[in-house]
Amino acid sequence: MNLCRKHIVFAVSVILFAVACETEPLVVSGPTPLPLEVPLVFEERILPPILPVDNRQTVEGIALGRKLFFDPILSADKTVACASCHSTQNAFTDNTQFSDGINGSFGNRNSMPLFNLAWNYDERFFWDGAANSLEEQAFEPVTNPNEMGNTWSAAVAALQQDMEYPQLFLDAFGEEGIDSLKVVKALSQYERTLVSANSRFDRFLLGELELTEQEQNGLNVFLMETKGDCFHCHGNPNNPLWTDNLFHNNGLDAAFSDLGLGAVTGDPNDNGKFRSPSLRNLAFTAPYMHDGRFATLDEVIDHYSEGLQDSETIDPLMKSVSMGGVRLSQKDKDDLKAFLLSLSDERFTTFP
Amino acid sequence: MKKMNFWVIGLFGMLFFGCSEEASQTNAPVPVTLTFNHNWDGESITGDDLNTLKFANANGQLMSVELLRYLISDVTFERADGQSITLDGYHLIDVTRDTGLSFSLPQEVPVENYSNVSFTFGFDNEDNVDGAYLDLNSVSWNVPMMLGGGYHFMQLEGKFIDASDTETGYQYHAIRAVDNAGETQRFQDTFFTVNLGPVDLSQNTTIGIGMNVAEWFKNPNLWDLNVLGSRLMPNFNAQVMIYENGQSVFALDNTP
Repeated sequence: MNLCRKHIVFAVSVILFAVACETEPLVVSGPTPLPLEVPLVFEERILPPILPVDNRQTVEGIALGRKLFFDPILSADKTVACASCHSTQNAFTDNTQFSDGINGSFGNRNSMPLFNLAWNYDERFFWDGAANSLEEQAFEPVTNPNEMGNTWSAAVAALQQDMEYPQLFLDAFGEEGIDSLKVVKALSQYERTLVSANSRFDRFLLGELELTEQEQNGLNVFLMETKGDCFHCHGNPNNPLWTDNLFHNNGLDAAFSDLGLGAVTGDPNDNGKFRSPSLRNLAFTAPYMHDGRFATLDEVIDHYSEGLQDSETIDPLMKSVSMGGVRLSQKDKDDLKAFLLSLSDERFTTFP
Repeated sequence: MKKMNFWVIGLFGMLFFGCSEEASQTNAPVPVTLTFNHNWDGESITGDDLNTLKFANANGQLMSVELLRYLISDVTFERADGQSITLDGYHLIDVTRDTGLSFSLPQEVPVENYSNVSFTFGFDNEDNVDGAYLDLNSVSWNVPMMLGGGYHFMQLEGKFIDASDTETGYQYHAIRAVDNAGETQRFQDTFFTVNLGPVDLSQNTTIGIGMNVAEWFKNPNLWDLNVLGSRLMPNFNAQVMIYENGQSVFALDNTP
């Protein structure tokens, strides 16, 4: 009888446990995976994004990265955030030639716009390719004296003393403790979500609208070797990143005050070479070039048309250098500009 | 999608080879690797030689090579009895970036003494489908639709000393020839089959392929970069001449 009662108690316990399991699932600790959403216009045309296996995208990691991105806490005097030089309304770049760091100091490069970073297949970041991953890139601004001017130990200490960050780091990484690696990982997770793929031209590629006649003519100027020949470095309708993410000397100077890639590799053949920027979002990313020398898109087009400067490392793709460039007609310039502006993604400037 | 078909075809090929292996234990399939070497009339070209005006072409012009990348496809092993094995697929060799210089074929090949090994330089028309290959799109290997679409076969770029004794850029790009002069586009095929000759896989499963870059400028068309140094993609006649000169560019080369 006792044995029977034990069996009944055991059976009831099992049922209760099972019911309990159904109504109250086990709490799984740790961050929640959140795969990067790949736009259809990319998925159908180019390789998948580069996502490091040691820094998976998670809900908590991205949220932490976003908070860090907009928070000046990483800078020495708590005045400069990533977003100070990479503002949303400017497609995550700055609208000034050089950006204002702590204590009013300025660098010598134009802030790079941030979008579609996970599709930089070679993972060479900065204008000069000095960083070999997005995480490595994120390490630099914190200690750059012209940017945040901080030390990593001070930045980490500030985060540890904050009321919110210790819990947010715990949520994002599933373990206590804050260090610089976790900071750059969270920042990189957020930056990888900055995906821009909703321009007029994207919608044209998706069959949702027609280009204007001027935009279509501009695309032709962009693609024709006898006219603009922009596509060899800046993508094409089958590569809607609109950059090759490679390094070129595009004839800005006859002599270099900034060696660009050459300063990184030490190879004089790389002097004056800078990474091709994407042509997306040009409506929001002025001024242009690595040093922000051109205030308008018209100036950029004029440069390639008649302003090329010869030098030893000028790219062979820069044609008719002796004549200053490809000598586009005013109509071709206007059409090319109209096409280039069709690559701008208004919605991206209100990225949440 | 096209890329997926590609590998499905490859899988059927592997099954075919599997059957061949059962038929004869002596010609078991083995991994085969193609390696690509580059020379200028016999002088080896390495990454260190790029960007330097050190090559004299047949027309007497001093020139450099800054960018060299090209595509091959459809590697084929031919038996003496006339049967052949074609490995559908393509491969991009990028000398400048030092990638793709070794190509492990996507399927194993039965060990035999083949009467000829060949490949297609570029894509044949069946494979040259605009935008079909995501990896090639991602490295901007495309040809604009106004020039027929599809993909480049080769990009060879650098500088040369021009008629006014000035260092000038050239872009020697190979694509399918297209003539846009008329109301409708006129095309001429410029991909070609490269026959390497006999290869005995029982002796070596690595096949060295040499490209003599100087040949692009020599035979049968003596190349004057002053005239044909730039904007060659829309130049129908230039593309045909590149095709003609390409016939003598490749050879077996097992130089280490």
